[in-house]
Amino acid sequence: MSTDTTSAIGPVEGGGYDVDNPAPYIEAPRKRTGRTPRATRGNFEMAAWLFMRLSGVVLVVLVLGHLLIQLFLDGGVSKIGFAFVAGRWASPFWQVWDLLMLWLAMLHGANGLRTVINDYAERANTRLWLKGLLYTATVFTILLGTLVIFTFDPNIR
Amino acid sequence: MPAGTLYRGREGMWSWVAHRVTGVLIFFFLFVHVLDTALVRVSPEAYDEVVATYKTPIVALLEYGLVAAILFHALNGLRVIAVDFWSKGPRYQKQMLWTVVGIWVVLMAGSLYPVLGHAARELFGS
Ligand code: HEM
Repeated sequence: MSTDTTSAIGPVEGGGYDVDNPAPYIEAPRKRTGRTPRATRGNFEMAAWLFMRLSGVVLVVLVLGHLLIQLFLDGGVSKIGFAFVAGRWASPFWQVWDLLMLWLAMLHGANGLRTVINDYAERANTRLWLKGLLYTATVFTILLGTLVIFTFDPNIR
Repeated sequence: MPAGTLYRGREGMWSWVAHRVTGVLIFFFLFVHVLDTALVRVSPEAYDEVVATYKTPIVALLEYGLVAAILFHALNGLRVIAVDFWSKGPRYQKQMLWTVVGIWVVLMAGSLYPVLGHAARELFGS
């Protein structure tokens, strides 16, 4: 049997077939070989996947807590107004809560939308424009929200 | 329709569709919500004026829908995490989905009065 190096079928270990090697050995499609470049593209997609799950767990507490306070307790939505916001943002605890919730929810949502765009926009140009719009809106919203939390002035008038 | 958007058509696929739709809706809401909250930097009157529209019966109904979307996305998100990280997750994904739906129905029933009570009082008096 000849060992043909141009075929995808590698040489069978120990040579030839037997009961333990009844079929030719086929190399795994993404196996690292000597020819694989040392620097591959990195692990961005894996990091993004992990971020969705980690941020999701934290958001359960932050978002459901936020809904409970704003829509359920103490008369629900009826109590909300400038005075209520001023009362809550007087405390660094709620400032940090809202800041963390803003950043995590925006990044989580933006990454989710990136996936959705990748799934449905079939033309490269469409994807480029939609993602450009998405990233612009995301950066704008995060910066605006952060600015509002840090510069809030209860005595504005 | 782009390839690969219909997948097997059972609980797993429909929960994924619902997770995706609710996620996108929540993101669009969040964008608007940061804009309206930014009005506290304009003036107390501007903020209170916009929030006043949030207290009308129609918007109360939208708020109930928002609670529905967030609760489903949060509960189902925890299920997705369990499927990915818990060794028995994939085997119990269907049971976990019906658990999610059960908890969601109970919480939505419990939210009726707190979220919609003020709207009902305004519409039907007392
Ligand atoms: C409340 C707690 C939340 C949890 C536990 C959660 C969990 C998750 C998880 C685990 C995923 C990944 C799904 C997958 O890879 O198949 C996901 C996707 C997503 N989430 Fe969330 N999430 C939460 C809140 C939010 C919020 C506040 C937003 C909007 C700002 C959001 C928007 C999205 C979007 C757009 C996707 C992508 C959906 C898709 O690819 O089909 N989520 N969520």
